[in-house]
Amino acid sequence: MTALLVVLGVPAGAALVLAFIANWRLAAWLNVAASAATFIAAAALFTAERPAPGHLLLVDDFNIYLIALTAFVALTTAIFSASYIAHEIQRQRLTSRLLRFYHAMYQAFIGSMLMALSADNLGLMWVAVEAATLSTALMVSLYRTPAAIEAAWKYFILCGVGIALALFGTMLMYLAAQPALGEGMAAVTWSTLLAHAANFDPALLNVAFVFLLVGYGTKVGLAPLHAWLPDAHAEGPTPISAVLSGLLLNVALYAVLRFKMLLAANPQALAPGPLMIGMGLLSLSLSALMLYRRRDIKRLFAYSSIEHMGIAAFAFGMGGPLANFAGLLHMTMHSLVKAAIFFTVGHIAQVKGSQRIADITGLTTSHPALGWSLVAGVVAIAGLPPFGVFTSEFLVVSSTFARQPALALPVAVGLLVCFGALLLRLHHLAFGPSSPNAAGSHAVPTLSLVPIWLHLALALVAGIYLPAPLVAWFQSVARLLG
Amino acid sequence: MSGLAFDIAHLLGALVLTLSFALLYQRRLTAAINVVAMQAAVLAAAAAWQAITRDSPHLFATAAIALVFKAIAVPALLHWLIRRLNISSTVEPVFGVTLTMGLGVGVTALAILLVLPLTAGETLLLREDLAFALAVALLGPLLMIARRNAVVQVVGFMSMENGLILAAVGVKGMPLVVEASVSFSVMVATFIFGVFFFHIRERFDSLDVSRLEEMQGERHP
Repeated sequence: MTALLVVLGVPAGAALVLAFIANWRLAAWLNVAASAATFIAAAALFTAERPAPGHLLLVDDFNIYLIALTAFVALTTAIFSASYIAHEIQRQRLTSRLLRFYHAMYQAFIGSMLMALSADNLGLMWVAVEAATLSTALMVSLYRTPAAIEAAWKYFILCGVGIALALFGTMLMYLAAQPALGEGMAAVTWSTLLAHAANFDPALLNVAFVFLLVGYGTKVGLAPLHAWLPDAHAEGPTPISAVLSGLLLNVALYAVLRFKMLLAANPQALAPGPLMIGMGLLSLSLSALMLYRRRDIKRLFAYSSIEHMGIAAFAFGMGGPLANFAGLLHMTMHSLVKAAIFFTVGHIAQVKGSQRIADITGLTTSHPALGWSLVAGVVAIAGLPPFGVFTSEFLVVSSTFARQPALALPVAVGLLVCFGALLLRLHHLAFGPSSPNAAGSHAVPTLSLVPIWLHLALALVAGIYLPAPLVAWFQSVARLLG
Repeated sequence: MSGLAFDIAHLLGALVLTLSFALLYQRRLTAAINVVAMQAAVLAAAAAWQAITRDSPHLFATAAIALVFKAIAVPALLHWLIRRLNISSTVEPVFGVTLTMGLGVGVTALAILLVLPLTAGETLLLREDLAFALAVALLGPLLMIARRNAVVQVVGFMSMENGLILAAVGVKGMPLVVEASVSFSVMVATFIFGVFFFHIRERFDSLDVSRLEEMQGERHP
């Protein structure tokens, strides 16, 4: 219990402290230190005694790995952010006043995501997801350019409506639970809801799930509710793009999956699978086509995030131990690889002084470390072996082929089309004659490359060899998901 | 619930919905803000009435939050913003009033047709409150689509939240955590919306969101 309180308390405390620290260098390192403390506490959760269910907080096999993953990516992003913002200050795109705000919001955002993951209460989870939306909307508009304000406004309106629909769904879920659990807190507590889901009113449960899927699905970035995602990724600071893609989308998907577990536990409720399969396939096909026309490097990878969330939603929609296993693995691999890509892209945009793909060529000759990191990252995200994304995508396609061959075809086509688009762009970005650097461009400090290599190394190891205890544990969670 | 108590609760719920329709045809910003403030005041009365008739004092807190923040403080803030920023007070709708109202009626019918059969086992008041609430929650986004003005979009968002709280008040024994948090988030949300106004104003000299869309999509030709 103590470890969990530290996990939630450190970001909250750090957000308060960082709001008052005017020196941005000090603030950046405090940000790293706070994130490191959170990560250590999150790692300690694996050995710590778990809180008794029925209170506000919950740690179980499912959320513990997402808590650890979130704390880990938050730590590496904080390290990357320290060097990223130093350069932004130098280029005078940010001021120290804005950075004070940025660091406080960064910790508030991480804290609210961890809260959403560990909440045992529907209301608490909803509040945490809303807080995460608010803090990121503020950070997306950090550069104060017209484009950034437009992106933040769109993000805010769309996710605001989404989150309001999710609240309506939460109320319907409470009503659905009343026949079994009566009034009061028991009917909004996960652990009791799951235990009694079989006796819920199935009709209300169905409609509640539709509202929740649309509401939280907006935040997952599932098509056709994805319109905010590319703008928010492209116009905000790059560390925020990394945590949006790598973490926030996972948290929203986690919320949807929790509700899906309730439906799965009720024999009379509608099967949630087809809805998720439909949205997943739509996201995959749409982003596959959109990837070809991107001219902005951050937008390119934002669409790739829609693609991968679509694949994960599809896998969970298929259900069953193998597809769920693939979905969980895919969420993890996507977080690691996509965050690494955004770290790389952040440095690239800084050395080239532009996010336009047309302005960036020949990276492997002009900046070998960055260029080859990008090559490795794109190869990984495109789903080539030996990286972990290949394993999870292969599992998704093969498990689908075994059960619904007709559905495996659009998935395979979508994956191939995305693969083609990414490699086409990669060839332009990484090879050929190198484009001129931005005036005053600097050498990228090695320390800030460490997070990239660490993420890619983890994805590589997962693609070659998954330790047996990890597999067993992923499988137990997959069974839990139904 | 006795006859009169039910009738009053029913009347207040219906008033919230009627005021949502009144929002749809406002052409002046100040009028739209006043209507949404009135809606919040009616919502506060509905919550207070439920608190009295159902003897659940925690609903008074909900009523107080709705009255103080949503009926008084936030509208005052919005009026102040409009004066401060010299925002032009008339708003041209994207599509005409007739079409908007027609869509509104359609959305309301949809909400009623969805909720009433679904909640057959619940009390009559809860069923109607939920249907009204869903209708109000869907009319909010309709208003946001129908007007390309940042202030009207905030008003639409507030009206949507009013509908959700009406539902939360009608649901018996819903824990307070949820209600308080909704109101709280609305407060924070409005604050942020306000911050945005300043930036939008700084950059565009106008609160017309459609201007923002000139830069939509890819920024690099």
